Amino acid sequence: MEHPYLFIVKFFELIGFGHFAHAYPWVIYSWFVMILLIVLAFLAVRKIDMIPSKAQNIFEIIISGIEEFMVDITGEAGRPFFPLIATVFLYVATCNLLGLIPGFYPPTASINTTLSCALTVVVFTHVIGIKFHGAKYVKHFLGPVWWLAPLILIIELIGHFARILSLSIRLFGNITGHELVLGILFLLAGMAFAPLPIMALGIFVALLQAFVFLLLSIIYFAGAMEEAH
Amino acid sequence: MEGMTIQTQALEFFIACVTAAGFGIAIAAFGCGIAQGIGLRSAVEGIARNPESSGKVTVTMIIGLALIESLCIYALVVALILIFAHPQAASIAALFA
Repeated sequence: MEHPYLFIVKFFELIGFGHFAHAYPWVIYSWFVMILLIVLAFLAVRKIDMIPSKAQNIFEIIISGIEEFMVDITGEAGRPFFPLIATVFLYVATCNLLGLIPGFYPPTASINTTLSCALTVVVFTHVIGIKFHGAKYVKHFLGPVWWLAPLILIIELIGHFARILSLSIRLFGNITGHELVLGILFLLAGMAFAPLPIMALGIFVALLQAFVFLLLSIIYFAGAMEEAH
Repeated sequence: MEGMTIQTQALEFFIACVTAAGFGIAIAAFGCGIAQGIGLRSAVEGIARNPESSGKVTVTMIIGLALIESLCIYALVVALILIFAHPQAASIAALFA
């Protein structure tokens, strides 16, 4: 495929790591997103007042919004798991939005990033299940009646693997498809500002896909925490 | 299959794959369009009959549309795999080397 012009990759070329940067742009841009989020958070919480300043206000709105949304669905027992969910959401949202800036490559356009996020969430689902229910967590996989248990077990296992696949491929496909459309439109009619409507759609898709990832993660956590049917 | 070298067969295989990718994504978009249209119709009917619930209905509709869209995205990923990341690409390229 075409090789886009990426700023941070060029910078890495200048300091001598060009080969690594060209082969793994998603890793480089993941680092960029990490540094960006850490710096923003650090700047916002440098001075915490009772009457919040602007930056602290924005962060408070975002964080408390996600927390209320999560506790709505999982109940009070889900509050300790909020940091993981919020981190995944903020990371995925920032990664997606990065793709809209010309010269930047969204890390979620690579199956590696999305698969790692999906694996983290799904493995943590099982950790929650074992923590809340102990060995009886297996009853979640066995269904309501005992004589259907072998069949239901196979179906549930396939369903859990399908969760990993669907979470990762949904996010990957959305962002990669968006990048492909942008690239092709740029090739066809770049001078006529043709990619602009697609970029407007891209803002919406980026935030929506992060939100859908968040929502599905919360639903999986809630499913692992509740009693087996 | 007289006179067909193995290179011709490999090229025909690639042509078949790319055609399948084109039709696959078209059919997926067709189904996705119908499904999202039905969901949208129910959401708009709900808002029409009870304008106060417009906020909640809109949020639920957007979430539902995103989930239906993801089915079309799976088909898109399969089409992209067929065109760009074909599993047999290495062995077929070796035939032409």
